[in-house]
Amino acid sequence: MTDLTNLGVAAIRDGVRNGSFTAREVAEGFIANVSAAKALNAFLVETPDHALAAADAADAARAKGETLKPLAGVPIGMKDLFCTKGVTTTAASHILAGFTPPYESTVSANLWDAGAGMLGKLNMDQFAMGSSNETSAFGNVISPWRRNDGGNAALAPGGSSGGSSAAIAARLCPAATGTDTGGSIRQPAAFTGISGIKPTYGRCSRWGTIAFASSLDQAGPMARDVRDCAIMLGAMSGFDAKDATSLDLPVPAWEAGLSSDLKGKRVGIPKEYRVDNMPPEIEALWQQGIDWLKDAGAEIVEVSLPHTKYALPAYYIIAPAEASSNLARYDGVRYGLRDLPEGANLQDMYAATRADGFGDEVKRRIMIGTYVLSAGYYDAYFTQASKIRTLIARDFEQAWAKCDVLLTPTAPSAAFALGEKSADPIAMYLNDVFTVPSSLAGLPAMSVPGGLDHAGLPLGLQIIGKPLDEQGVLNAGLALEERAGFTARAERWW
Amino acid sequence: MSEHQTYTIHGETGDWEVVVGLEVHAQVTSNAKLFSGAATAFGAEPNSQVSLVDAAMPGMLPVPNRECIRQAVRTGMAIDAQINKWSRFDRKNYFYADLPQGYQISQLYHPLVGEGAIDISLDDKNPDQSGKRIGVERIHVEQDAGKLMHDQHPTRSYVDLNRSGVALMEIVSKPDMTSPAEAGAYLRKLRSILRYVGSCDGNMEEGSMRADVNVSVRKAGDPLGTRTETKNVNSVRFVMAVVEQEARRQVEVLEDGGRIVQETRLYDPDRNETRSMRSKEDAHDYRYFPDPDLLPLELDDAFLEECRASLPELPDAKRRRYEALGITPYAAAVLTAEVEAARWFDTLLETGTKPVAAANWTTSELFGALNRTGTDFTTSPVSPTQAAELLGLVADGTLSGSLAKQVFEIMLETGQGAGAVVEERGLKQTSDTGEIERVIAEVMAANEDKVADYRSGKDKLFGFFVGQTMKAMGGKANPGVVNEVLKKVLG
Repeated sequence: MTDLTNLGVAAIRDGVRNGSFTAREVAEGFIANVSAAKALNAFLVETPDHALAAADAADAARAKGETLKPLAGVPIGMKDLFCTKGVTTTAASHILAGFTPPYESTVSANLWDAGAGMLGKLNMDQFAMGSSNETSAFGNVISPWRRNDGGNAALAPGGSSGGSSAAIAARLCPAATGTDTGGSIRQPAAFTGISGIKPTYGRCSRWGTIAFASSLDQAGPMARDVRDCAIMLGAMSGFDAKDATSLDLPVPAWEAGLSSDLKGKRVGIPKEYRVDNMPPEIEALWQQGIDWLKDAGAEIVEVSLPHTKYALPAYYIIAPAEASSNLARYDGVRYGLRDLPEGANLQDMYAATRADGFGDEVKRRIMIGTYVLSAGYYDAYFTQASKIRTLIARDFEQAWAKCDVLLTPTAPSAAFALGEKSADPIAMYLNDVFTVPSSLAGLPAMSVPGGLDHAGLPLGLQIIGKPLDEQGVLNAGLALEERAGFTARAERWW
Repeated sequence: MSEHQTYTIHGETGDWEVVVGLEVHAQVTSNAKLFSGAATAFGAEPNSQVSLVDAAMPGMLPVPNRECIRQAVRTGMAIDAQINKWSRFDRKNYFYADLPQGYQISQLYHPLVGEGAIDISLDDKNPDQSGKRIGVERIHVEQDAGKLMHDQHPTRSYVDLNRSGVALMEIVSKPDMTSPAEAGAYLRKLRSILRYVGSCDGNMEEGSMRADVNVSVRKAGDPLGTRTETKNVNSVRFVMAVVEQEARRQVEVLEDGGRIVQETRLYDPDRNETRSMRSKEDAHDYRYFPDPDLLPLELDDAFLEECRASLPELPDAKRRRYEALGITPYAAAVLTAEVEAARWFDTLLETGTKPVAAANWTTSELFGALNRTGTDFTTSPVSPTQAAELLGLVADGTLSGSLAKQVFEIMLETGQGAGAVVEERGLKQTSDTGEIERVIAEVMAANEDKVADYRSGKDKLFGFFVGQTMKAMGGKANPGVVNEVLKKVLG
């Protein structure tokens, strides 16, 4: 019998429906993989009972001849940024030590309603702030991938959704939730040879998802291929009256709309994304991607996004500004960590709790954010950054007059070694250079694996689409996926 | 509108003028909070009206409550203010134990309501001649904070989040007031308008309305002086006291060669003085920025039309309507000051009762009776219908003024209708000329000396004969008929 944990979402769903195997067998397979992969540190909490209960419900429904739900029998991983009722949720931070939400986030609730089960809560960069998973308070996730140079350097799985990317790449789950504020779905997907899509801002409710930067945060799925992403995204999306920024629009049938025929479509190549010092392998892959999309029938056009170079500085003002305010609620009063030194007053308690509870990167961003919002600096930083954001959105709007989607690399490099960039925050921030502009503009964007670099590590290609055109993004992604024929996987060492 | 007498403080170096601006926080009348579905009733058990949003649990999001926005828009319309169809919420960031989010959602940069005005009067007897227009800078909506309780435990403080997230309107006046009386009149008028509109219950004791009082002083013709802000003053009387005390204090400081520090102060009603709370130097940097959890608030024409259509007749319009019915300006002002009285009186007018008689009776008899019985117009022992019946009996001559008073007293005691009282107690007025002539003849016979005096020119004795006749008839004689017959027989 085939190893069921080699199957993706669609294959599991279809197999459970047609009785090729039971949902319980699937769940048990993944549960075994999870418990055998502690070395990856991908899971913060394991919830085998949740996965088994959902599996048994799927099997029971099938036995009774009921119509199975869209994700019946599919066990998934849940990024620890999503509040899960009765299951510890910490955003990988000490400040939420022991916090067990009495409520379920809308996105996770949607997934359970669709029949999915939860294998556990996935490790991540603390409060989703990071690109390598090294800011987790519970130890970094280690990528299942290794360089083929004979060395054993532990590699970053990307971030912040690094637990999600590593778990999928290592076959610990067929799909997982991620969140993307400046690239936190796309960059880890690229680093681990999987797919991931950040939908249009507002598609997935933010209710119950621990906030990093509210105007940018957007949930999305990560999975092994484009179809699985489409299925997952369909289950996660939808209007939610509890989120004032939620889009009150019907959820399109993305899976049914999948087509890799790009005849009549125009693909834009933004010239400003040819950054200095881009590794030749990334250049080459980008060119390969252009050829693949041409082959799929698309017309290739060069476009200009003139304000691209300002995107990263604007992002690293806006996101920390919002974070500095969003994270003010972690004060030791109502939940999570409380550090109350002997004789402490209220201010002392705040200071001690927050000094203890937040990691260095979180503190760094709170301080940057507090600074850029301060009297005397607000106009020079926050107002300017907000204007740049508007200009970046306008760049994209003008590009849409010439093309339907954009093709770019996902990240400027393959996965780097843990520790390689952690001492230099700026080098780390530069990793987001291709993903941040579309986040600032709230556009749908996805990463699909394109190939391997000289060291045998995955590289990703990014498709950026018009607002609400997830279908166009998925279809272009599918065209790349079919032509890339990416089958490489990390050799098991854990 | 004429100038009233200028309020000045006579200092050692000359006369000082006072400049006052008020920022009034008015709790919006709504069943639910501004951004959460939690209830807002006053006096509930601590922390019994707290949603996950109000407690700022991780991942919780604010969703604007349309009813709160509607009430603020209606309030803006009631003071003739510009309504901004596009407004936005900002976060005001600071740490405190009564503020779970670590920020208050407010509107700094783009408030819901722009400039408007409130007309005040300083003399109820001459409301139109003693009026002044006080500008309103803006009205914005914002969240209230929770409440700290320091008296529950010897070493600990407790937090009650029931009020956390409740919707407030902050109504910011221009610095257009120049005396304690104007500040008091402004606050009373604002309260009256809010209560007419129904957007705030105006209950200052329960904290649903409180004022931050900005005061500065200057010599006539000088530019504005440095102001202080006295926070959370919770009665009209205290607001007037703050203006008076704070102005006097500032004059003393300045005349002693000191300078006024821009600062936040607190009012101590027990000692009738203001005290420094914190100066500008250690003021918070609130780091205001647009709340990224909320989209800009955009109002469409249909919504605004509905808001406008739902506005009641406002106090000034009502007062002018009453005046046009012949009611004196004073009575009209008294009747329209409080919405409950005005509503009660409107119902009385709807019965067809003559406006002037109705106004006179309501302001003299009913107001007095309510005072005496410790009731008000919402708990009035006499309904407008009952009052109409009583006044009807006066109008048709069944009751004289003094009989009406007697009947009203009995109505207050028994709750009976006027007709029933008259019937049961035989208090009906008599216009029977024969009966009146007979009694007058008796009175004249018993007072022959006074008849002679009257006839020799002591006109003033006429009243004596009226009184004696009425007394002899137990107050039931029609005074008009008595007068008429007396004039005839006394010659």
